[in-house]
Amino acid sequence: MLPILAKLFIYGVLFLSLVAALGVVLLPNIFHAALCLVGTLLGIAALYLALQAEFIAVVQVLLYVGAVMTLVIFAIMLTHRIGDMTIPQTNKQSLPACLALFAFVVLIGGLLLKTDWSILVGTGGSVASVNPPVDTFMLGKALLGEYVFPFEVVSVILIAGLIGAIVVARKD
Amino acid sequence: MVTLAYLIPLFPLLAFAFLIFFGKRFGDKSAWVAIGASLLSLILSTPFVMGAVQGQIFVHHFEWLRIGSALFLFGFSIDALSAMMLFVVTVVGTLIIIYSVGYMHGDPRFSRFFAYLSLFMASMLSLVLANSLLMLYISWELVGLCSYLLIGFWFEKPSAAAASKKAFITTRVGDIALFLGMLLLFFTTGTLELRNLNHEFLAPFASQSKVLTLAGLLIFGGAVGKSAQFPLHVWLPDAMEGPTPVSALIHAATMVAAGVYLVARSFGLITFFPDALLPIATIGTITAFMAAFIALTQTDIKRVLAYSTISQLGFMIAALGLKGYGAGTFHLMTHAFFKALLFLGAGSVIHGTGTQDIREMGGLWKKMPHTTFTFLIASLAIAGVPPLSGFWSKDEILVSAYESGMPIFYYLLSITATMTAFYMFRLVFLTFFGKPRKEFHVHESPAIMTIPLWLLAIGSALVGLPGSPWMNHFFQTFIEGSHGAEHAINLFVMGISVGLGAFGIVLAWLLYLVFPAVPEKLGAIFKPLYLASNRKLWFDELYQATVIRGWYALSSALAKFDLGVIDGLVNATGIGNLRLSDIQNWIDIHIVDGAVNGVGALTRGFSSALRKIQTGFVQNYLIISFIGALMLLFFELRK
Amino acid sequence: MLIPLEHILIFSTLLFAIGVYGVLVRRNVVGILISIELILNSVNVNLIAFSRSNALDPVMGQVFAIFVITLAAVGATVGLAIVLALYRIKRTVYTDEINLLKW
Repeated sequence: MLPILAKLFIYGVLFLSLVAALGVVLLPNIFHAALCLVGTLLGIAALYLALQAEFIAVVQVLLYVGAVMTLVIFAIMLTHRIGDMTIPQTNKQSLPACLALFAFVVLIGGLLLKTDWSILVGTGGSVASVNPPVDTFMLGKALLGEYVFPFEVVSVILIAGLIGAIVVARKD
Repeated sequence: MVTLAYLIPLFPLLAFAFLIFFGKRFGDKSAWVAIGASLLSLILSTPFVMGAVQGQIFVHHFEWLRIGSALFLFGFSIDALSAMMLFVVTVVGTLIIIYSVGYMHGDPRFSRFFAYLSLFMASMLSLVLANSLLMLYISWELVGLCSYLLIGFWFEKPSAAAASKKAFITTRVGDIALFLGMLLLFFTTGTLELRNLNHEFLAPFASQSKVLTLAGLLIFGGAVGKSAQFPLHVWLPDAMEGPTPVSALIHAATMVAAGVYLVARSFGLITFFPDALLPIATIGTITAFMAAFIALTQTDIKRVLAYSTISQLGFMIAALGLKGYGAGTFHLMTHAFFKALLFLGAGSVIHGTGTQDIREMGGLWKKMPHTTFTFLIASLAIAGVPPLSGFWSKDEILVSAYESGMPIFYYLLSITATMTAFYMFRLVFLTFFGKPRKEFHVHESPAIMTIPLWLLAIGSALVGLPGSPWMNHFFQTFIEGSHGAEHAINLFVMGISVGLGAFGIVLAWLLYLVFPAVPEKLGAIFKPLYLASNRKLWFDELYQATVIRGWYALSSALAKFDLGVIDGLVNATGIGNLRLSDIQNWIDIHIVDGAVNGVGALTRGFSSALRKIQTGFVQNYLIISFIGALMLLFFELRK
Repeated sequence: MLIPLEHILIFSTLLFAIGVYGVLVRRNVVGILISIELILNSVNVNLIAFSRSNALDPVMGQVFAIFVITLAAVGATVGLAIVLALYRIKRTVYTDEINLLKW
């Protein structure tokens, strides 16, 4: 009984994330869209938990929901005239975009369903249990061991981005 | 020990980084950083050049990228050709940087200028040292960038800004060709390494001669852009908007020679698939002849030199196309010296008089003795007066043209050599001799400018000797290595070339000093010819009328379709389809009629669709590229 | 926890498609930026899902997810800074009103 409930719960969360994602791109009020993005991100964090990637889930909540979203909402507040509902919020290419993306989804989805994933996930056909879950300790060791060079590169990029953002946004 | 070669381009790069960040604070002293860096490069490269002269080849590399089975190596290789370029770039570069201290004195962006020069030195040196076409391409783009920055150095002048854009965009055409050539080469042979471009390695690919001939021609296309060959030569004369030391270093001695270097580098590829040789020789000869013809009537001192550069580059390319490997590279080296000297001398004249118009000069020799004398040496060298350097190298080229079995090349190049002597001495006589035509407060340039002039003058006089019969054609055996041919002196060609050179000089003397009224009359008599030359054969106007006007017309038509673009695209495709089905209907009834109408309609549908793509609206571009990616995905999955 | 891998992949495909739709049709630059976040998240979902399978070293997927999150944060920061600067100059955040580069 319990696994079925858990399964239902996860599928529900995924569905709600998608609905929220649709809200992100469709809602005319950009502020509401940003709030919807928070919903999507939280749903994805829940998915990470379900996949036993706890650290990533926490990072997702902290970094995205905490920091990035604060920034976005900040930017929305700073650039007013946005709440003005009389301005159309989408441009005129939604129909071709819809068609192209529909084609994309059909193409990729068909490919995904046709592929035999049992090589990757074992005969059970489901994620989990194949690899032991990665704990934070392993992750930390990998980040500062095997992946220390990309790690350093990313930190340099972070600093460069930080300085760049300050320089660009500064009033002079 | 060998790894020291990595430091050769590194020092100028460090100087660039230092100057771009801290240069302003150091003011006039910042020049010494650049000079020090290039001196260090010069000193460091000496043992490598020496070693290469003794026949050694220095190679060092490490694994850079591994994509699938393809391996890209990062590193350098110094063989005879690289060593020669290394020598030219470091020696001429250092002298020109020293000269710039005097020339750029008092410029508000003084330190920025030396930062750019250092960056140029770094990229040019890494271009010369590169061990693979990929690395060469990276440096190739970098020198292009430096050229752009330095042509537009005085960007307050609209003409300089326009010239820098023109140079950048025109050479880009060649760069795309080069890139395509590299792709073809890579997909056919699986390598981009320069040492693999020899006959032994290419032998298994002999069956793919068409593709590889095309690859060779496309690589040559890169050289056409960079070395300002016909029909992409139009950028070089405008590039003279930059400061004169830049014209000397980048647009005469080194960067434009990079195209010749590239062709020499891929010589193994080109000679193995010899179908490419004839187009190369033809383009080189056309360029040499045409540019010399235009140079005859130009009145701006730097423009004469610019066309002269184009013409000399044409000589080198023609030599390579006529299998004169040693001749072309030899001329590359000697030309770097005397052309740098000519430009620096012109810079000294401009510095002293404040004008670039040779019609306003005259009689400068009394007031600028150093400049006059060194300029004279360089002019004698380029005119091919023995025993100066230009004589030996030009003679080699004429010999290879003479022995190529296609006399037309020999005749055209000989006429060009005569014209060269004529326009150079026209320049010399008008500038330095005769009576002053306008009063100037002329002064000789400071010692920091004249000393490099003298050093280059010594170089221009002497660098030809290693290739002369007096030293047993030492240079040619050095550069051609084992696959060099026998070198005999062709006294007939030599005599003719000396005679033609002397004829050109005497003609210039007669026309411009003895009977100064005659040239005007001659110009009136041969008016069409005079106009053609003076207007640079209308190349700029031609491109303006065709390429640029067409582009403007296209874009202004596109501008009208700002809205509803993608809808229009979909509709147009629909219309196209409709027409297509119409055709199918019609073919049953009137086959010929239907086909004719259908083709017309299809063309119209297509062009109206294409017309609407260019909107200047970023999300349109995005959706188009997304659809393109989707199509690629689709076809890839279809396989 | 027993979700089939392909369901997660389809979820991320849909998320990606929605994100691309947002990038293509949103007129507001901030809207485009948050749609890009959707795209990046769909990639992360894939990385984590595959890290729980035999496809690769499980640590690698998570490490890459961390890198993606970091770089997404950098991208958002710089992007929003540009939006602010742009807003200051042009008083607009609508893409079709920004045509400084169009000539």
